[in-house]
Amino acid sequence: MSLLELDGITKSFGAIHALQGIDLTVAAGEAVGLMGDNGAGKSTLMKIIAGNFPPTGGRLRIEGQEVHFHKPLDARENGIEIVYQDLALCDNLTAAANVFLGRELKKSFGPIRYLDYRNMYRRAGELFGELKSETRPRDLVRQMSGGQRQAVAIARTRLSDPKLVLMDEPTAAISVRQVAEVLALIERLKETGHAVILVSHRMPDVFAVCDRVAVLRRGAKVADKHIGETSPEEVTGLITGAIEHA
Amino acid sequence: MTDTTEKQGAARSHAEIDDSITSRSEMTALQAAIRTQPFWVFVAIIAIGIVMNFVSDVFLSERNLFNITRNFAFFGIMALGMSAVICTAGIDLSVGSLMGLAGIVAGLVMQAGYGIVFGFLACMATAATVGFVNGVLIAYLRMAPFVVTLGMLAMARSIAMVVSNNKMIYEFGPDQDLFEWIGGESVIGVPNPVWVLIILTAVFWWVWRYSIWGRWVIAIGGNAHAAKLAGIPVERVVVSVYMLSSLCAGLAAFLMVGWFGSVTNALGLTYELNVIAASVIGGANLMGGVVYAVGAPIGAALMELIRNSLLLAGIDALWQQFFVGLFLILAVLLEQIRNRGRQ
Repeated sequence: MSLLELDGITKSFGAIHALQGIDLTVAAGEAVGLMGDNGAGKSTLMKIIAGNFPPTGGRLRIEGQEVHFHKPLDARENGIEIVYQDLALCDNLTAAANVFLGRELKKSFGPIRYLDYRNMYRRAGELFGELKSETRPRDLVRQMSGGQRQAVAIARTRLSDPKLVLMDEPTAAISVRQVAEVLALIERLKETGHAVILVSHRMPDVFAVCDRVAVLRRGAKVADKHIGETSPEEVTGLITGAIEHA
Repeated sequence: MTDTTEKQGAARSHAEIDDSITSRSEMTALQAAIRTQPFWVFVAIIAIGIVMNFVSDVFLSERNLFNITRNFAFFGIMALGMSAVICTAGIDLSVGSLMGLAGIVAGLVMQAGYGIVFGFLACMATAATVGFVNGVLIAYLRMAPFVVTLGMLAMARSIAMVVSNNKMIYEFGPDQDLFEWIGGESVIGVPNPVWVLIILTAVFWWVWRYSIWGRWVIAIGGNAHAAKLAGIPVERVVVSVYMLSSLCAGLAAFLMVGWFGSVTNALGLTYELNVIAASVIGGANLMGGVVYAVGAPIGAALMELIRNSLLLAGIDALWQQFFVGLFLILAVLLEQIRNRGRQ
């Protein structure tokens, strides 16, 4: 049984049909690359899965159960975590504070509840350790490199042990060495049985870590193939429309 | 950096490395304190104090220190609330007018013979209402804080004029003595408003460091969009921040009216500028995301100290605003320079 199942998802913004019946499945421990040119509907599809807005038509199933998301928190409660393209971090807070943002660990003193710094630092340290990242929980995010920031955003998704992690262009704005770090992080997510959807423009990254690649063009899925059965050239052709269908 | 950790890594177990990475941080607590704006403003206060000690015999007298601390206590209390608003990258221009309105309401209620408890509650309820309206317009209708609170500045002052019928109130009913004691007298040689400021500063210090609400306010100031995505009820928190600022202004009005022993609808006129200046000098950043509890009283103290020092040094009082403005600009410049050094 697939972890996530999209069945005929459509989305219209007025007269514009952003998505025209997308079917997509992702299994546990599997990474699917979602590719397409600007305006192909990648972001719209991501936002539907993430609960930013509901689809116009079609069904979303998680482990066979149909789900309806009205806000991002609904998706999170159903085991879907998102790493946003801009990472959605607060630069003025520490790495640990960002990991626990909105889910702070608390201690109680009578009726008064306060932040449990010790355990948040410890747990954040463990998460960075699991990701084999040299990120220090007490450092401000402002002072961090692109790769470290990415690690903070990914560590945050692991707090709740999600089933599926959506990653939106995680390698778009970072250096080559940091790209390798991020790809290693994705591998680690797969090893621990998480499903990953990777939205990316970067062909080498998708071919490095993904098991399957799905290509969107003008709101329709034009290909869904195992990495071994396709090539960067074919995918490029599918994205641009040089190859109609595969 | 990376190379050295990798070399050490060969000799040590993973657990040890994890632990050393976890507990490492960029700087010690003292280094962190030295990097903050309030620390340097505090240094400036000490420096002015030392200079003034030579310039004037009166400066360090008990009477003068009593006056200085009481004078800045009102601004410090309001700056505590204003710092929270500024931390969310907002601004509250309505605090001065609100003082007038809340003071008049407190005065009218007590004049009518309802006693100090009702007077205080009416004062704070007025403040909470104004803050609530500000907050809802800013958080839910996404209007610019500057415009909303500028409008409230005009409206609150106008309502104060209407309800007071443009008359001074100096009869505060059965609890007049207690009311005037709270605002005007002292305990163990420290003026009561200063006690209020000290207690509130301690409370705010705790709130900014340890409370979940405080963490959320700082997160909203850093990146409101990220805070929203993380599941923080951003709108509700923003409303609460504006209510807090208004409540601080209401409390300051209650104390100040007690001290004066009378209230007119002109109470607090142009105070919003002093309060914002005190907050900014104390380290609040108008871009949001930065807040220090001690910054509010320290910023307010510096402003009052400048005023007092110029007076004692025999410099024409017409120069006072000039120097307050100068220090405001210097404080922001100092922060710019420190930030540049950091990057």
